[in-house]
Amino acid sequence: MPEIRDFHAFPDAQGRFGRFGGSYVAETLMAPLAELTEAYLRLRQDPAFIAELDRDLTHYVGRPSPVYFAERLTRHVGGARILLKREDLNHTGAHKINNTVGQALVARHMGKTRIIAETGAGQHGVASATVAARLGLKCVVYMGATDIERQKINVYRMKLLGAEVVPVTSGSKTLKDALNEAMRDWVTNVADTFYIIGTVAGPHPYPLMVRDFNAIVGREARAQLLEQYGRLPDVLTACVGGGSNAIGLFHAFLNDRDVRIVGAEAAGEGIATGHHAASLAAGRPGVLHGNRTYVLCDDNGQITETHSISAGLDYPGVGPEHAFLKDAGRAEYVGVTDDEAMEAFHLLARTEGILAALESSHAVAQAIKLAREYPKDGIVLCNLSGRGDKDVHTIAAREGVQV
Amino acid sequence: MPNPESPIPNPGFSRIDRRFAALKAAGRTGLIPFVTAGDPSPEHAVALMHALVEAGADLIELGVPFSDPMADGPVIQHASERAIARGVGLGDVLGWVAEFRRRDADTPVVLMGYLNPIEIHGYERFAAEAVQAGVDGVLLVDCPLEESEVLAPLRAAGLQQILLAAPTTAPERLSKLCAAAEGFLYYVSFAGITGAAQLSTANIAARVADVRAHAKAPVAVGFGVRDAASAKAIAGFADAVVIGSALVERLAGAASAGEIAERAGAFLEPIRTALDAR
Repeated sequence: MPEIRDFHAFPDAQGRFGRFGGSYVAETLMAPLAELTEAYLRLRQDPAFIAELDRDLTHYVGRPSPVYFAERLTRHVGGARILLKREDLNHTGAHKINNTVGQALVARHMGKTRIIAETGAGQHGVASATVAARLGLKCVVYMGATDIERQKINVYRMKLLGAEVVPVTSGSKTLKDALNEAMRDWVTNVADTFYIIGTVAGPHPYPLMVRDFNAIVGREARAQLLEQYGRLPDVLTACVGGGSNAIGLFHAFLNDRDVRIVGAEAAGEGIATGHHAASLAAGRPGVLHGNRTYVLCDDNGQITETHSISAGLDYPGVGPEHAFLKDAGRAEYVGVTDDEAMEAFHLLARTEGILAALESSHAVAQAIKLAREYPKDGIVLCNLSGRGDKDVHTIAAREGVQV
Repeated sequence: MPNPESPIPNPGFSRIDRRFAALKAAGRTGLIPFVTAGDPSPEHAVALMHALVEAGADLIELGVPFSDPMADGPVIQHASERAIARGVGLGDVLGWVAEFRRRDADTPVVLMGYLNPIEIHGYERFAAEAVQAGVDGVLLVDCPLEESEVLAPLRAAGLQQILLAAPTTAPERLSKLCAAAEGFLYYVSFAGITGAAQLSTANIAARVADVRAHAKAPVAVGFGVRDAASAKAIAGFADAVVIGSALVERLAGAASAGEIAERAGAFLEPIRTALDAR
């Protein structure tokens, strides 16, 4: 790959990040995607739209989210300073709302009256149901039957917000199958329906659009670091499932070549066991859900079932921009196991009084490892992408506790 | 973008082209059944292909099972899942086509499916093996014209890329598809997944007539064709009719070669008769 001067120049007009991305979709989706691309490319330059989005992010989402110095955690680890970008403090408890607020505005501008979404952990489903309720749009959320079982609280939250939750029983009954089903709905109901994809995957323009709406995380953090610490961090880390919170944090720093970037994928029971969801660390380039990216599949090209303790990371693909950053050598992607994430969850709870989402606990675990590599005056900036209330039952069950 | 100058040594003389030319000469409408390779049973996959021809198929669309068939409805999804559960992969499918070819040198076979199995197999390797096996074309649901440059090795080897057009296809794009079409153009009769809903034939007749007037290749209509009546209605304005989900549903659970052939015949023969009675 030739050396890249400006990482912000991607994707190209066809939605390509180097050899990744693109629009690998059925003919019936070409027209709606073209309509969406046209609308979004216009809106993203429209000052009135940007002002509208900023207002929502400030007054509805509660931005900016703080950068918090985890002082007791840092002392416990005994390495570089660990700073947490507190996306868990957003309305609905995760970074996902940044994207759904943005896409809902796009939907409204396009005159669509029905929102559909897929969800794994339920955070994106909740965030979609939330914005649909606020704008008075009908909302249908597709969710794998397995995920419905392990994320009951979020399923109920979506119902309270007026959304219909449709269980998906095909395939592995998880996030990837929910995405297939949402695509099928969209193909069938394109006239009135807007599909809010929850991560930086899918066909163009989704990886671009979802990244744009989440990039506020890194833009804020970069300014906050400069203001509060007078410098940029040494290293960034975030968990990577589809990769929306990670690209959100990373994007503003991509051209800051001195800032190291490390994504934490779900290594599940360990990459060697095969029970994991580490598409970048252990997968290969393929085509899934409308884009070329790293996927987990067998030699017949069948997508393999993944495992992670966190439903939100349990995905056999990853956003094409991450695939591109990996191949360009701009970002590293490493695995964090279920056990390491659990340990980090408890440590953060007891040292800082923060219950992190299991997804985000993977990032915290990686931040702890990285902090040990840097001197005490170093800075590790970790995206705390969501809060852990939704995971309390999963954690209790894993630890044999009756709640 | 595919090269409009076909690299095929004898353009117009592929097995698919010959078959459509013969149909046209005879004034017949083509019958194109779709089955998922390896369903209902991998052991009888080749027997099923012969049974389809026996029952009147002019061309066979053979589905390559994929774990994430985004554009397919429940019937074909489940057929795919059953085949995958029995270990069916692209290599098996190519093997069955090769075996089919030993007894049938004339019926064109198009592999229908998704890109990832071919991407993982390797485009060059797939192209060589598919031609060797006697495959004539590919219809890759998630590979629109705009992303088709990855298929260059397939075209270089002489495989035709069957393109899809849909009711939602914009006029400008439709012209491009019509110009690039080779083998036949597959017109998806409504915007939806395979096997869904009924179609209103009156509604699509005008669209198909328009496509047929502009397409470089014959036009086959599919999605939502379930029986002799709906097939016959479409036959009035299409070069061929594709029947998938309804057939796959009928075959599901058939255990022996005899039962598979019996069901395929019982399902296709009335359709064949209806098409020919026009």
